[in-house]
Amino acid sequence: MTLFPPKHLLSINDLGAEGIDEVCRLADHFTEVSQRPIPKVPALRGKTVAMMFYEDSTRTRLSFEMAARRLSADVMGFSVSSSSVNKGESVRDTVATISAMGPDAIVVRHRSAGVPHQTTAWTQASVINAGDGWHEHPTQALLDCYTIRERLGSVSGRRIVIVGDIKHSRVARSCVMAFTALGAKVTLVAPPTLLPPAAESWPVDVSSSLDAVLSDCDVVYGLRVQQERQSEALLPSLREYTAQWGLTVDRAARLPAGALVMHPGPVNRGVEIAPEVLDQPNATLNEQVRHGVAVRMAVLYLLLAAVPDLQPDEGVQ
Amino acid sequence: MSIVIKGGLVVDQAGERTADVVVDDGRIAAVGPDLSGEEVLDAAGCVVAPGFVDMHTHLRQPGAEEAETIETGGWAAVRGGFSAVVAMPNTNPPIDCAAVVQEVLALGAKAPCDVYTSGAITVERKGDRLAPMAEMAELGVHLFTDDGNGVQESGLMRRAMEYAAGLGVVLAQHCEVDSLAAGGHMHEGVWSSRLGIPGVPAEAEELMVMRDIALSRFTGAPIHFQHLSTGGSIAMVKAARQAGVAVTAEAATHHFTLTDEACASYDPVFKVNPPLRPAEDRDAVREGLADGAVDAIATDHAPHTPDAKEMPFDQAPPGMLGLETALALAITELKLPIADVVGLLSWRPAAIAGLGGEHGGPIVPDAPANLCVFDPEETWTVDPDNLASRSRNTPYAGRQVSGRVRHTIVGGRAVLVDQEMRP
Repeated sequence: MTLFPPKHLLSINDLGAEGIDEVCRLADHFTEVSQRPIPKVPALRGKTVAMMFYEDSTRTRLSFEMAARRLSADVMGFSVSSSSVNKGESVRDTVATISAMGPDAIVVRHRSAGVPHQTTAWTQASVINAGDGWHEHPTQALLDCYTIRERLGSVSGRRIVIVGDIKHSRVARSCVMAFTALGAKVTLVAPPTLLPPAAESWPVDVSSSLDAVLSDCDVVYGLRVQQERQSEALLPSLREYTAQWGLTVDRAARLPAGALVMHPGPVNRGVEIAPEVLDQPNATLNEQVRHGVAVRMAVLYLLLAAVPDLQPDEGVQ
Repeated sequence: MSIVIKGGLVVDQAGERTADVVVDDGRIAAVGPDLSGEEVLDAAGCVVAPGFVDMHTHLRQPGAEEAETIETGGWAAVRGGFSAVVAMPNTNPPIDCAAVVQEVLALGAKAPCDVYTSGAITVERKGDRLAPMAEMAELGVHLFTDDGNGVQESGLMRRAMEYAAGLGVVLAQHCEVDSLAAGGHMHEGVWSSRLGIPGVPAEAEELMVMRDIALSRFTGAPIHFQHLSTGGSIAMVKAARQAGVAVTAEAATHHFTLTDEACASYDPVFKVNPPLRPAEDRDAVREGLADGAVDAIATDHAPHTPDAKEMPFDQAPPGMLGLETALALAITELKLPIADVVGLLSWRPAAIAGLGGEHGGPIVPDAPANLCVFDPEETWTVDPDNLASRSRNTPYAGRQVSGRVRHTIVGGRAVLVDQEMRP
């Protein structure tokens, strides 16, 4: 095991089960902070968190920014559209430019797998992966673990079905690692064209039938299925996808009582999950977003606070 | 000025013997005991071999001189013991007509090693229509390839093979079916799955190997397969040769040295096409080189500037340096008798590239004096900052290897003496 806390969060593997538990423990505390009249603590006062988003993002970016601000860190926004990258500055030069201003952490999102890894070679700052290509999105998996823990008490022993475009999903890779690290039993469900290569090497069961696994699970986790998968000949049509793998009202009715319906967003309403199902009380989409702030506060605190064992708001009250 | 190479073990196609070798006026003057010459090159403990031949070198000129020139690539070659290289045609402009062939050959005349060039099979390597192979063949081009691209269209490939056979030249295929490989950046398998990097399946290579064996059988034209990287490809070549089909094959140094696990660093220095494969394939390449299924080692030396390689993995260009490390990796990784290593690097590629008269031995009086003297035991550490190539993209940085070139003689001229380049 590497150093704990790690300097960077590139992969769920950087945390392991104990690290995930620690993030959840801290997130409990920050959830309480978030409920205060003034939901802000000085834990990271004087620290600077730079946002380097090479890809469009609403919830992840806002969530990280809010998390940093609630810890009293300064936020450097830096938005790079992929077109401006093509025009000139390399990622390395951009990282060097940002690093020259001395941030303590850089939060990176990029459409290419591995860019956060590469970034660590080009900066002294802590690097947090906010999603890289098809590779990982560790803070999403952490907030999902936190959400399951909040709702069901623990992740351990839960039967979690992940359904959708797993092949192209960084969320799926991080979630599989996190859920299995915590002792859940994970089943991937997708048309075979949307499964990753060598899926048998993942620590999961694989099924191509949602109906076969639906009645025997604690969580159904839907992933976004994009329109372009049709033109890539991975799907005949979204209509067929929904008919076979969509969480329709009928299928949702067959879920065991209390089973959760989760999704990382943004949802294609009516494709992955029926609109009516999204409105049911066992659908956790908004909770996931809400927990995202506390979990990202926990991650920033874990990586950046000089003495992480101190209470985060020590000296304030 | 005559040169005597003293005290080495002479290894060529005829066998091994301890002898001195005298070189004079561009040719080997004498081979035997206790010879003398005006300049003495010490070869004690060394192998005296035919100069190596790389039939797969990207020299980048014209068009990408910031990565390599024919001259700097030539120096990288002689540091690696190569007396001859065959330039690949994926330059800008591509080497697809007599005019560009002449430019490359003219620049090559000033390089420290002999520079030959391949020509493109199709105009601009686009796979649409045949390039003027006859006018290039008249200038001495023997290998034709769209390297970097496979010729996708089967009908066009058939015609190219028929046309080439009539000219007495050989087509060399970069085997990759685009519709299977498109969008991929590493081998498709356990590692690509874990890393989230789009993959290229082994079948993208194997399908084209299969097709071209069929076309070779059909047309009677010979086919050379470039940089085979999978066990399936090698098994097909072996079976085709046994069935009498005129196939030859090369393997690149990195495909018998590295595996796809190296991509876990996300360092594009490990990105290459065909991609690094799993250990089973690497072992199949080693076995193919050992049992003769694969005819020769090629470097696929592919220089890229640091800026080009310090990119996200899926945006970086494929390719890695190879000329200066090929011998050492062959000795270190293959663990074959030294004469086999020498053959894989010299007379066997020379024969495929049509250079048998000039390069690849034998080391006998009156033969052209293209020689390489190396110490098979010397260990050294690969240092990207100590390369003659203009680029630095070696995947072997920090690796300790055995086998080092001491002297290289090209056309009777000692261009590398005690590892020092002699401009």
